[in-house]
Amino acid sequence: MDIRFRLNGEDRAVDAGGTQSLLSLLRDGLGLPGSKNACEQGECGSCTVVMDGKAVCSCLVMAADADGADLTTVEGLANEDTLHAVQQAMLDGGGVQCGFCTPGFVVAAAHLFESHPSPSTDEIREALSGNICRCTGYGAILRSLEKLAGR
Amino acid sequence: MTTTTGTRIRGGIGESVKRPDGIPKLTGNFAYASDLTADGMLWGATLRSPFARARLARLDTAPALAIPGVHAVLTQDDVPGRKTFGQITPDQPVLVDGEARFWGEPAAVVAADDPETARLAVAAIDVEWEELEPQVDMEEALANDEVFRYAPVRRGDQEATGPVVVEGFYEIGMQDQAPLGTEAGLAIPDGEGGVDLWVTSQWTHEDHDQIWRSLNLAPGQVRQHPAGIGGAFGAREDMSLHIHVCLLALRTGRPVKMVYNREESFPGHVHRHPARLWYRHIARDDGTLVRVEAKMILDGGAYMDTTPAVVGNAAYFAVGPYRVDSVLVDAYGVRTNNPPAGAMRGFGVVQACFAHESQMDRLAAALGMDPLELRKHNALATGDPMSTTGQIIETPLPTVDVIEQVAALPMPPALDTADPLRLPGGTGLTTTPEYVTRGVGYAVSIKNIAFSEAFDDFSEARVVLAPGGVEVHTAAVEVGQGMVTVLQQIARTALGVEQVAVIPTDTSEIGSAGSTSASRQTQMTGGAVLEAARAVREKALERGGGDDLTSEGVWLAGELVMSMDELCADGPIAHHARFRHPPTEEPDANGQGVLHADFAVAAHRAVVDVDAELGLVRVVQVDTAQDIGLALNPQSVRGQIEGGILQGVGLAVMEELIVERGIIRNASFTDYLLPTFLDAPDVEMVLIEEPSPWGPFGAKGIGEPPTISSTPAVAAAIRDATGLELNRVPIRPQDITGT
Repeated sequence: MDIRFRLNGEDRAVDAGGTQSLLSLLRDGLGLPGSKNACEQGECGSCTVVMDGKAVCSCLVMAADADGADLTTVEGLANEDTLHAVQQAMLDGGGVQCGFCTPGFVVAAAHLFESHPSPSTDEIREALSGNICRCTGYGAILRSLEKLAGR
Repeated sequence: MTTTTGTRIRGGIGESVKRPDGIPKLTGNFAYASDLTADGMLWGATLRSPFARARLARLDTAPALAIPGVHAVLTQDDVPGRKTFGQITPDQPVLVDGEARFWGEPAAVVAADDPETARLAVAAIDVEWEELEPQVDMEEALANDEVFRYAPVRRGDQEATGPVVVEGFYEIGMQDQAPLGTEAGLAIPDGEGGVDLWVTSQWTHEDHDQIWRSLNLAPGQVRQHPAGIGGAFGAREDMSLHIHVCLLALRTGRPVKMVYNREESFPGHVHRHPARLWYRHIARDDGTLVRVEAKMILDGGAYMDTTPAVVGNAAYFAVGPYRVDSVLVDAYGVRTNNPPAGAMRGFGVVQACFAHESQMDRLAAALGMDPLELRKHNALATGDPMSTTGQIIETPLPTVDVIEQVAALPMPPALDTADPLRLPGGTGLTTTPEYVTRGVGYAVSIKNIAFSEAFDDFSEARVVLAPGGVEVHTAAVEVGQGMVTVLQQIARTALGVEQVAVIPTDTSEIGSAGSTSASRQTQMTGGAVLEAARAVREKALERGGGDDLTSEGVWLAGELVMSMDELCADGPIAHHARFRHPPTEEPDANGQGVLHADFAVAAHRAVVDVDAELGLVRVVQVDTAQDIGLALNPQSVRGQIEGGILQGVGLAVMEELIVERGIIRNASFTDYLLPTFLDAPDVEMVLIEEPSPWGPFGAKGIGEPPTISSTPAVAAAIRDATGLELNRVPIRPQDITGT
């Protein structure tokens, strides 16, 4: 079925296919591989996108349910030559290792900072508790974002 | 020889240089193996055994081939070359050879127009299995003589005895590496009968040497390229879909991509060996160790993989970083029908360390001695023989220092009873502060760096200086640990030139860099880059007739005498190095010899809060002091240590593959529990810098020690809080409540 949505600020009309998830539509249908497929059960947050103002696991959203939605993926956060503040903070703070979880963390953290420009350490931990990182032990991600929060 | 100090070069060693792959990873533009595509690409999928052991009674591919959009369905009969693969011994069929020996073993592979059609084709294969009784108990396997390797150690007076004896039995569950990126590969036929492969791997040359044999091609017809890797931790030291995806590409003449989903990733790679260990420590009344005896069984699962090397590590590090003159170890790696085990961060030393550190605490209790004093009293030091192998330790070994430094770190504040987020179980208010007890535990470890036991361990690198900058060519695989940054830093400092790019290089263009494992790449490929870079600098100074090299060119007595363009007028200046660490020996019949190239020690202190009635644990803080040689990139060192500690915490309190009759019952991220942001303890650390004699600038490998002694430290802390024996990890709620 044909659906329409706004994706990273651009209006798109696409075939949502039969039963595919929003994650497969983004990765395989629209050529946006930044959202990662790591568990397909909504447990790890690697596929996090913002949909109508909420951070969601795109693996749990049917593509057809994105009809009419406003979507932001990791590809929509940086300008051509300027990183999003969250991306810059994680680059400076060493919050990236293998990087597979990174797009999900970036989207979830950017979403957090949009509503809470100066989150507390516990608010950061809680907001990102749905994103699993296997490399960093979370320390460098936390320090990066605490610094961005002015802590 | 002229050397540079690196103090004036930006981005040299000692700086927390930013990762060159950081921005692409943060913006979603970094290409992982699972992101690769090619024109006309087909998708592969795998038919797997539903049983741990079963006879393949019938496999008819015709119904699958009849589906429109299905281009190939291949079985073991379609393997044109060597029918088996395996790193040490090729004992695993490429596809099931009549009998499946573990749950999830690949039996057939298909290629189709899209993933959905490929999955339908797998389901359409007409297959009949006859289940056979699996062998799933490691002690029964040993009794049946199903042994991949027996590694004995006999050192010193075998009759030695003393007044204080403590015995213990310990068990380690099956931990999964659970890298975030699953197994993925893209194979593209070259049109001339050969194939190019991009695949999740820790060691491209080792894979390549197995792949061409099974494809029945000449080595040069298969080129394996480093691909973007979403974590590894040992899971990619053995092959997964490599041969399958090449077979499909060569059969169809089209590019084929395969990506495992999470459920098939769990049986699709090797795991940490589950183990059972029996220990006896004998000491004098003053705490001096007299004798250590250990029997260790490690469950290798259905195929050999790296089990022999893992068993060697368990045996030779059975005692830990302690001096004792009488040792007996019998270590076995056995064959079962459980999921195959192989490399995981710590590689056999994790299992041994949990047992020997639990024993040291028991011995301290029996002696009425402080556990840290007991450890310091027996601490192994430079100049001592290894208690197991007898190898004289010639490299720095700051065992006492790591113990004292970690103990000197400040303790965390007392439990904040007003904050539910701090309680075991979290904000659900499952417990209340009066039920919570705090515990503190310590553990110490020693790990070998790089490959051991006479393995010809080398790494190749080529450094090329051109006007545009320096290229470092290597087949060494970056899996997330930050090697690409460290190699840049080494090249900058050694050369004096700032513009350095690390170029991932395929198997046809350079020799092996060895595996990204065994904490070895900083020392091995770092060593190769240092050697090559120093040679390039010498050649440049000779060509330019100067005494210094910078990004501008060659200098003499403070004057620029030749620009970089002039210097490279006749072509780039290049040098190819093959770096080897000091040679090691095969163990003799008693496990004696110079088996290891370098060692690193670490100590951990864990602080936990426990509700013993509900069996809830919160790991509050894990601190460490680690022997790292030199911090080439302090931020990266810290990241490795924090990440490694959390994997050790995971093994201590939550991570375990539940296997029944050989079948993994929790093959998903819903059911295999991984530590989240809210489970992660605070970490304070001391980095102890005593230079390794052969690491670049004195650096030592750092990746594994954080994962080794963190687990027994957490276990010790929970014992301290509860008074329970807790001889098994992970420690589950029922182990604490006894229900």
